[in-house]
Amino acid sequence: MSLEPQLDPLTAAANMAEMEPPYTQQQARVEASRCLNCFDAPCITACPTGIDIPGFIKKIEHAKDEAAGRTILEANILGASCARVCPTDVLCEGACVLNARDEKPIEIGRLQRHATDFLYDRGIRPFSAPTEKSGKRVALVGSGPASLGCAAELALLGHEAVVFEKSEQPGGLNTYGIAYYKMPPAISLQEVDLIRSLGVEFRCGVEVGNDPTLAQLREEFDAVFLGVGLGQTRALGIPGEELEGVVDALSFIQSFHAGPLHETPVGRQVVVLGCGNTAIDAVTQAKRLGAESATIVYRRTPREMSAYYFEYELAMGDGCDFAFEATPVEILGDGKGGIRALRCRRTRPAEGGGVETVPDSDFELPCDMVIEALGQEKQQEWLASVLPGLELDRAGRVIIDPASGQTTLAGVYCGGDAVNGGKEVVNAVADGRKAARGMHSAFTGEQVSGPVQASRHGVAGEPSGSGYWEPVRVPERARAKAGL
Amino acid sequence: MADLSTHFAGIESPNPFWVASGPPSNTAYQCHRAFEAGWGGVVWKTIGDPIVNVSSRYSAHNVNGQRMVGFNNIELISDRSPETNLREIKECADRWPEHAVIASLMTDTRENWHDLVKRSADAGAKGIELNFGCPHGMCERGMGSAVGQNPDVAETLVSWVMEAAEIPVIVKLTPNITDVTAAARAARRGGADAISLINTINSITQVDLDRLVPEPYVGGQSAHGGYCGPAVKPIALNMVQSCAADEDVRLPISGIGGIGTWRDAAEFLALGASSLQVCTAIMHYGFRIVEEMKEGLSDYLDSKGMATVGELVGKAAPTVNSWENLDLHYKRIAAIDYDKCIGCNLCYIACEDGAHQAIDLVAPGDRGNGPGRIEGKPIPEIVEEECVGCNLCSLVCPVDDCITMVDVETGKEELTWKQYGELLEQGKIDPIPAHP
Ligand SMILES: Cc1cc2nc3c(=O)[nH]c(=O)nc-3n(C[C@H](O)[C@H](O)[C@H](O)COP(=O)(O)OP(=O)(O)OC[C@H]3O[C@@H](n4cnc5c(N)ncnc54)[C@H](O)[C@@H]3O)c2cc1C
Ligand SMILES: Cc1cc2nc3c(=O)[nH]c(=O)nc-3n(C[C@H](O)[C@H](O)[C@H](O)COP(=O)(O)O)c2cc1C
Ligand code: SF4
Ligand code: SF4
Ligand code: SF4
Repeated sequence: MSLEPQLDPLTAAANMAEMEPPYTQQQARVEASRCLNCFDAPCITACPTGIDIPGFIKKIEHAKDEAAGRTILEANILGASCARVCPTDVLCEGACVLNARDEKPIEIGRLQRHATDFLYDRGIRPFSAPTEKSGKRVALVGSGPASLGCAAELALLGHEAVVFEKSEQPGGLNTYGIAYYKMPPAISLQEVDLIRSLGVEFRCGVEVGNDPTLAQLREEFDAVFLGVGLGQTRALGIPGEELEGVVDALSFIQSFHAGPLHETPVGRQVVVLGCGNTAIDAVTQAKRLGAESATIVYRRTPREMSAYYFEYELAMGDGCDFAFEATPVEILGDGKGGIRALRCRRTRPAEGGGVETVPDSDFELPCDMVIEALGQEKQQEWLASVLPGLELDRAGRVIIDPASGQTTLAGVYCGGDAVNGGKEVVNAVADGRKAARGMHSAFTGEQVSGPVQASRHGVAGEPSGSGYWEPVRVPERARAKAGL
Repeated sequence: MADLSTHFAGIESPNPFWVASGPPSNTAYQCHRAFEAGWGGVVWKTIGDPIVNVSSRYSAHNVNGQRMVGFNNIELISDRSPETNLREIKECADRWPEHAVIASLMTDTRENWHDLVKRSADAGAKGIELNFGCPHGMCERGMGSAVGQNPDVAETLVSWVMEAAEIPVIVKLTPNITDVTAAARAARRGGADAISLINTINSITQVDLDRLVPEPYVGGQSAHGGYCGPAVKPIALNMVQSCAADEDVRLPISGIGGIGTWRDAAEFLALGASSLQVCTAIMHYGFRIVEEMKEGLSDYLDSKGMATVGELVGKAAPTVNSWENLDLHYKRIAAIDYDKCIGCNLCYIACEDGAHQAIDLVAPGDRGNGPGRIEGKPIPEIVEEECVGCNLCSLVCPVDDCITMVDVETGKEELTWKQYGELLEQGKIDPIPAHP
């Protein structure tokens, strides 16, 4: 039996609507007035793009929303997305000094959304590219956050940027991968429009590899940026994976980002394999799209989950179930090509830190849909074939010069998930901007840095938010050590 | 429980908290509500020839989201007739015999003063307050602050009032004057029984930047208004203490200006006030605030082992000295409690840009990372040799008791500026080198 959509359009839309309502003007001002306006603020240090957070917050407080929005986009061209999708608990808000005064940190994400919405709602384009061009041309492979960050910065520095994207829609995972209730694709697409308005050219539906080849791009352009992200979802390799109703998480999530929500086929009893943030996104969205039950099966305990705790809490709040210390063994068919159940085996901690299965502990979890969320593969083979000589580290990540973003191949730069193995949108944007500046100094011999931030004026040493070091707040580290 | 009952220049009241002359003391209805809520006295809204008010009348100075940190008004004295006001005063005085109902008066000629003073006493008022302070409207007619700013005129008017007064007379002073003690001395010379201060301060609180007209807006125009509320407390305290310390004044003082909490009240008392008046705080929150003020003051007196309000009055006034008598050799410096520091660096930037560059941002070292600082991120450190003990960092630090100012033993004897000057003149001391 093939899977059916479960909800009518209105219910589907309501379930998947953005969870956090925007601030009213007064809410924003009141929240902004709580900010202490720290000097060389920890929240800035914790932001990979180094947004002048107290700077923009004080502008909101003094009714300068447009200027606040500009401050944000100057540092992070995807500021509107990041306002919604950043795991702020572990970034800026986690670093806010008010945590240490045992108060709620400033809601930096929501304030950022308030300011960037102000621009987009009114169609304000805060920047324009210089009219005098350098004549340098850069090809960007992929149109995810890394390439977007790079292309915008290139355009603002007077260079020409051409983005090649194999999908029909630009934006990468930011357009089709983010949990819908955090951000609908339209937000990502309006950011692409802003970048397009700076003169960046987008060629969608063009897969770089065979036509054009990377060699051709390197020939035709002055530099190439690889913003190709990661590859396919890893397969599990158990019997039954070929059955109808087995999907990988990315395809499932992508399906309703491209088509209408209420036409998304969903099982009645959904099982999700894995326990990272993608697994959580899959299980909550399956539930919100009408599954009667949605269960995560995970080998270990909540303590080892790689998903952020707040994501886990969200899934719990949505009524999702968790089968911890169990591992899938076989997907059982219903005899008609579909799925009847997932056979699982109990696991327990093994000596030496791993897990082992418990003999004779098999049980069946009835289900009609299995979503595999075991993480994305690295693209070692593809990269090796299209760019001979490109060096990767042992984990399959592209090696770059941390200052310029250049790979081991001259004129080839890289950033985002392909370099960091899969982090957040904000890391990718920061990487992209860094590479653009690296190219700029290769082209012109000039060094560029970000705008001088009023709230850091006069700080000696490295600008913060450069991505050189990753701040970890002490309590978090302590908690991690204590195994919580 | 300390005894809060108050004996002020012959006026008795169950506690020192009086409603100041203003909108909250406009009617008998409000007076009843005030006494029911627990106020000890009510100074009636100033009575005189009825006036006509404008619309609008008030404006505010808001700070960091906090409303009405300062407040101003362009209202005049009572817009009700003396007959109505005096009838209602009688009604209240009869119903609340233990409480202080005080008539605030403003008029011009000797006859008119005599008339109003007598009628107030007949109505049962326990005292009279002369409004020599209103900074707008009335002064343009030669009353209010026009009187208060001219000590000779004030003295004459007080003496007229004293000719007819059989109940205690309080003179309410304006702060819109260079030396408030000059006005206080004039009140004394005229024979007044007490003074009260401060009335409101000339002000413009804000300009509407769309219309480019200040607030309060009256048909395209505005006017200077009287400023009051929390923001004026420091000015009022200064003036109360100045009058309390002045040998030629020696009159009981009713303290007014920005009082809203028991702490404010205790500070006014400590600097020499012996009754307290409140207007803006009531306009903001209502009469109920007196509850907290009475309780807080009583607890405070208990904690100090003081049985009556009188024991606190003026306690801190003698410590306010002239600058030349301060010890130049006393030294304190800032100290940071790293267990409390949250890493906002506000102390650093304040001292760096606004004081003496006596705080460095340094590697945390063995001071750890405090409760919230990012690991490895530089932390503030006081450079003790550079610190002049100005207090700035401890004032900006957003964490209670995180930066404290600690006394430093200099081993030097007390040396005041005055002594220094004398010793220098006598050649008995080397000049203190100028700060580099
Ligand atoms: C399910 C899911 C949920 C996520 N949720 C969040 C979140 O809530 N918050 C957050 O901050 N981050 C989230 N992330 C992570 C975030 O999406 C990524 O870190 C970020 O998008 C990485 O950007 P990128 O530009 O490196 O790669 P991608 O966004 O993956 O973009 C790569 C682009 O390159 C294109 N491409 C690849 N190869 C070629 C080629 N040969 N020719 C042409 N085009 C090509 C791809 O089609 C794609 O559009 C999530 C990720 C996933 C998978
Ligand atoms: C709207 C308003 C009207 C006032 N009217 C009078 C008045 O008629 N007579 C008077 O003596 N003082 C008047 N005052 C001054 C107050 O009595 C008081 O002196 C001043 O507001 C400072 O005290 P506060 O900070 O507690 O308000 C008025 C104040 C306000 C705000
Ligand atoms: S750390 Fe918090 S309080 Fe300080 S500037 Fe950042 S948001 Fe404001
Ligand atoms: S007391 Fe003044 S001089 Fe000393 S460290 Fe603080 S701000 Fe600087
Ligand atoms: S102001 Fe206080 S909390 Fe902030 S850095 Fe200085 S000592 Fe620490």
